[in-house]
Amino acid sequence: MEYFLQQLINGLTLGAIYGLIAIGYTMVYGIIGMINFAHGEIYMIGAFIAVISFIVLGAAGITWVPIMLLLVLIISMVFTSIYGWTIERLAYRPLRGSFRLAPLISAIGMSIFLQNYVQLVQGARVKPMPPMIQGGFTVMERADGFAVSISYLQIIIILLTTALMAGFTLLITRTELGRAQRACEQDKTMAGLLGVNVDRTISLTFVLGAALAAVAGVMVTLYYGVIDFFIGFLAGVKAFTAAVLGGIGSLPGAMLGGLLIGLIEAFWSAYFSIEYKDVATFTILVLVLIFRPTGLLGKPEIEKV
Amino acid sequence: MSGQMREPMLKISGVHTFYGSIEALKGVDMEVSAGEIVTLIGANGAGKSTLLMTICGNPRAKSGSVHFEGEDITRVPTFEIVRRGIAQSPEGRRIFGRMTVLENLQMGSITAQPGSFSRELERVYTLFPRLKERQAQRGGTLSGGEQQMLAIGRALMSQPRLLLLDEPSLGLAPLIVKQIFKVIEDINREQKMTVFLVEQNAFHALKLAHRGYVMVNGNITLQGTGRELLANEEVRTAYLEGGH
Repeated sequence: MEYFLQQLINGLTLGAIYGLIAIGYTMVYGIIGMINFAHGEIYMIGAFIAVISFIVLGAAGITWVPIMLLLVLIISMVFTSIYGWTIERLAYRPLRGSFRLAPLISAIGMSIFLQNYVQLVQGARVKPMPPMIQGGFTVMERADGFAVSISYLQIIIILLTTALMAGFTLLITRTELGRAQRACEQDKTMAGLLGVNVDRTISLTFVLGAALAAVAGVMVTLYYGVIDFFIGFLAGVKAFTAAVLGGIGSLPGAMLGGLLIGLIEAFWSAYFSIEYKDVATFTILVLVLIFRPTGLLGKPEIEKV
Repeated sequence: MSGQMREPMLKISGVHTFYGSIEALKGVDMEVSAGEIVTLIGANGAGKSTLLMTICGNPRAKSGSVHFEGEDITRVPTFEIVRRGIAQSPEGRRIFGRMTVLENLQMGSITAQPGSFSRELERVYTLFPRLKERQAQRGGTLSGGEQQMLAIGRALMSQPRLLLLDEPSLGLAPLIVKQIFKVIEDINREQKMTVFLVEQNAFHALKLAHRGYVMVNGNITLQGTGRELLANEEVRTAYLEGGH
């Protein structure tokens, strides 16, 4: 029971991070119908910018943790957004209207390019990050000394993610920007006739997705304490799995999918084998694609005309 | 019409539009003056819808020009056209099926003056009370007639000076068609809205319109007042036979 509870906490934390990345996949798929395979790299870049800005802020004498964390989040979101925007402009927009596979190939190329670029400028060695937020609560303790604990950092990750997802859901469902975004998903021609700047809306989708991935990057940097240029690949494919599991194109689906993948990974590692946790995740991807390609909350393609 | 010579509100000169290598419009000239209802009739595939879309810059005219209120809008981006005062209820209605009726109308008001939303919404609901009853429903669940009302209502939300309507009667029951044509007549008379109406239902359209054009294979072949065209032998045999 105690063991289960501990894995639940770990799984929720992991799921929150996957969910944040998955939103970027699902939104981009929703609006231009392509899988942005470079999105995992966006998250990795977010993590690198986090490490760099922690160092810079530390050198500048800003060491009070709440302020530092806030600044790092903002800096990382801003720079990562610029990356997201630029990638769309350079690698995807020129291929719009081309055959369907073209932007996909371009995305894979972009992903490889970004990995190598970071490896080149930052080095291939793992970057350690000293723990900044330590401590936590002990939720309960078993007689044999096994303690269920939730760290402050886990609380921060879960709360921040929940707040971001709630805010993001409001943005998409209630604001004019969100409506324009959904309109472009459904019918770009009509959205244009009504005065929506479709290109700008697509750019904004990339920017928003990148900003959320940046938050995930910052959180992972703090949570695991080490990053390298290759972390984007696995996290990206897992978040993609989460988006597919939830139903690609569906915002609540991405959040739910992220949560489920996080939990599955945590419980699989705990009760079966930690070596095969990735196998578990990708088995799910295969099963979903075979038996329920629209995912859990995906919408069917048929529409009344 | 006042006595002095005035620029027409919409002036289309020598417009050629292509879909790939297929020439859909082969040098179209036509005009719409402020306050008019002008109709364009023609068979399926004549290029009527292409002309309406070309006015909005999607697809863009390959040559020739489109002037609106004296300004050349041939190369203006599509999303800017509606800001200039042209709204379109396009072919196939293109309702956002996964948005509610109200959200569809909100989409229509993106370019409207701030603060005008509730007044315009009230106005659309007065024209189409059905939409008010259905406002929380998703667009995709509406009937064909309701979707058409929504498409027109959505176009009106931007407070256009020129309203482009593409086959508002297509596939609708005669009673609904009558109702929609009545609304078109009302907004033209009461709100002084200029209307450019593309129709296959030539009889109704010519009866309603001040002037009309006939399009065949991407060319304008005939023009005249609604009454003249209704009486024209060619028009009668080609477009009015049978139905009425």
